[in-house]
Amino acid sequence: MILRIEKREQGSALFRSLTTTASLLCALLFAGFLLFFAGVDPAAAYLEILKESLGSSYGLSETLVKATPLIITGLAVSIAFRMQIWNIGAEGQIYMGACGATGVALFSGLDSPLMLPAMFAAAFIAGGLWAAVAGLLRALWQVNEVIVTLLMNYIAILLTNYLIFGPWKNPDGYNFPLTAQFSDAARLTEYFNTRLHSGFFLALFCALAVYLLMERTIWGFQVKAIGSNPAAARYAGMKTGLAIFLVLALSGAIAGVAGFSEVAGLQHRLQHGISPGYGYTAIIIAWLARRSALGVVIVSLLMGILLVGGDSLQLSWQLPVAFAYAFQGLILFFLLASDFFINFRLRRVKETDDA
Amino acid sequence: MKKFCAALAILALLTACTSNDQKPTEPAAEASGAKQIKAGFVYVGPVGDAGWTWSHDQGRVAMEKADYVTPSTFIESVPEGAESARVINGLVQKGHNLIFTTSFGYMDATLDVASKNKDVVFMHCSGYKSAENVGTYFGRMYEPRYLSGIIAGKMTKTNSIGYVAAFPIPEVIRGINAFTLGVRSVNPQAKVKVVWTQTWFDPGIERDAADSLLDVGADVLTMHQDAPATLQAAEARGAYVIGYNSDTRKFAPNAFLTAPIWNWASIYTKTAAEVQNGTWKTSQIWWGMKEELVQLAPLSDRVPTAVRQLVEEKRKAIVAGSLHPFSGPLKDQTGKETVAAGVTLDDGALLGMNWFVEGVQGTIPK
Repeated sequence: MILRIEKREQGSALFRSLTTTASLLCALLFAGFLLFFAGVDPAAAYLEILKESLGSSYGLSETLVKATPLIITGLAVSIAFRMQIWNIGAEGQIYMGACGATGVALFSGLDSPLMLPAMFAAAFIAGGLWAAVAGLLRALWQVNEVIVTLLMNYIAILLTNYLIFGPWKNPDGYNFPLTAQFSDAARLTEYFNTRLHSGFFLALFCALAVYLLMERTIWGFQVKAIGSNPAAARYAGMKTGLAIFLVLALSGAIAGVAGFSEVAGLQHRLQHGISPGYGYTAIIIAWLARRSALGVVIVSLLMGILLVGGDSLQLSWQLPVAFAYAFQGLILFFLLASDFFINFRLRRVKETDDA
Repeated sequence: MKKFCAALAILALLTACTSNDQKPTEPAAEASGAKQIKAGFVYVGPVGDAGWTWSHDQGRVAMEKADYVTPSTFIESVPEGAESARVINGLVQKGHNLIFTTSFGYMDATLDVASKNKDVVFMHCSGYKSAENVGTYFGRMYEPRYLSGIIAGKMTKTNSIGYVAAFPIPEVIRGINAFTLGVRSVNPQAKVKVVWTQTWFDPGIERDAADSLLDVGADVLTMHQDAPATLQAAEARGAYVIGYNSDTRKFAPNAFLTAPIWNWASIYTKTAAEVQNGTWKTSQIWWGMKEELVQLAPLSDRVPTAVRQLVEEKRKAIVAGSLHPFSGPLKDQTGKETVAAGVTLDDGALLGMNWFVEGVQGTIPK
């Protein structure tokens, strides 16, 4: 008896969601064993994670704060994925967006009603231009965008370092690598005396805009058509090169908006490590969300719960930080495995003599 | 075979986990009468077994010996920046009444949480902002750095010493300058070559930097990072090395000479006592070798007796206040006198230091 992998027919929505739920439960069960052997009651730990991330207005606000950059960046990456273009450079584009927004915040001297829109525009353009380099190389000379976007992350982060160690350093900051804090005009509104800022609603707005763009416009249709069959799309008269360039530029521009939201809503200055890897987490999010805008929002919120609640494992039980990583890794691992079982099935086949 | 390996791996994983038997931490109980100290620590890296975070954790453990200190909590590998505010707030929510944030990048977050929790005492390490309930603390690491420079200056044969530097911030620059002044106090011919890694912990990059310094003839190395890469590079090439943060001789048994090290227990114990008896007031602590916050790790047997005696003599002078590494005349890299004879740099100038003294080969990125 052997097992054979077969492609599965497109499953129903119910089947898909059941598989995803089952995989989550498997991950919780497996992680529960780890917790159990570490001397922690798994049920209590899971309750604690939910309580920390959703059980209070503070926890809830922190989960939304955490989800904000993930939603925006997830959308950025998923747009490109729609066309089978792999933007691995969202991390760098966040940094460039943050630099653009910071440049305007520190040096434009604009007043209240104009400041935030100008910062937004600068971030949008900075992130977009950064990704457009990869778009241009890909459209003109077929240079692999995975390599270009990935390597440009390092350049973006070093460029940010140059700015905060050099020309943008706060003159009153004892030569520490930080810019000055933004004026009130350059800060997003905060709500309910928490850190929840209007960047979250900006993220939701981005999700709606991306949804409308991809599902309700001809351009969105073209992107998807080129993604599923570039040769056919070209034959149908679509300008694939231009579309590739535009989709990468737009992807980078949206990631740049995440940089704007982080510096204007949360950090209020440019400093080292403004993104602890959101651009990479976004790739996982876009993948799990199966590239849909609504999916990105849902997965980002789940990820927010996981990240915010994960802290409580350390806080309440003094479990080592590796535990939080293992926990998050397990959940992603099982979710990706479920993806496999949604698209394929294992079939038992009888061994025959000639097999 | 594959299955067996997998089973073995899982078994190993499980046994590794069973060694911890932990209970949820209870919110701080206000004992009748005397105030109990429930301290929380925010760490930038994992505790591990050497280095910056480990040295803080040693201080935490020492602090817990006081009977008014209930078991404390630490959170490892907390990202710097706004992210840390949530963790700091979490410690407050869990009833901690004394919170130490042990990296520069927690500065804004610490002040932010502190402004909303006036009844909790916060101590932020290495920053410059304080508040009514936020004190800062750091050490005059340049004092033992100066002493280690004397040893390096005496031990080098090539008169070329390598410094694997972290980020070009004043603290690191101050260390390089103090070290170089120590070197040149005993060996005016020697040069200190600086390579920046822009890392606090990255074994690969730091090893490359250390190797590049050895390649250009350095025979004594020192460093400012947490990873033992520089120590190992020196050990592998038969050079000498001076560590940092904690006593790391086990990584380089032959090459290790000494290390300027932290002893946070002195500050943690004192702060806990003050908060407990109600005498704590915000201040900007910057202690040196006199208060034993910074020290030189025991010298290796390879350091000759004459050098040991010289170092001990200078140590006593620093503790007594008769020797200050940054007293004039000091020259900058171009040979121009920047501090006149008889003048000593004040703390403001030290804290914002952004220039190299004569004898340093390297540039500060601007």
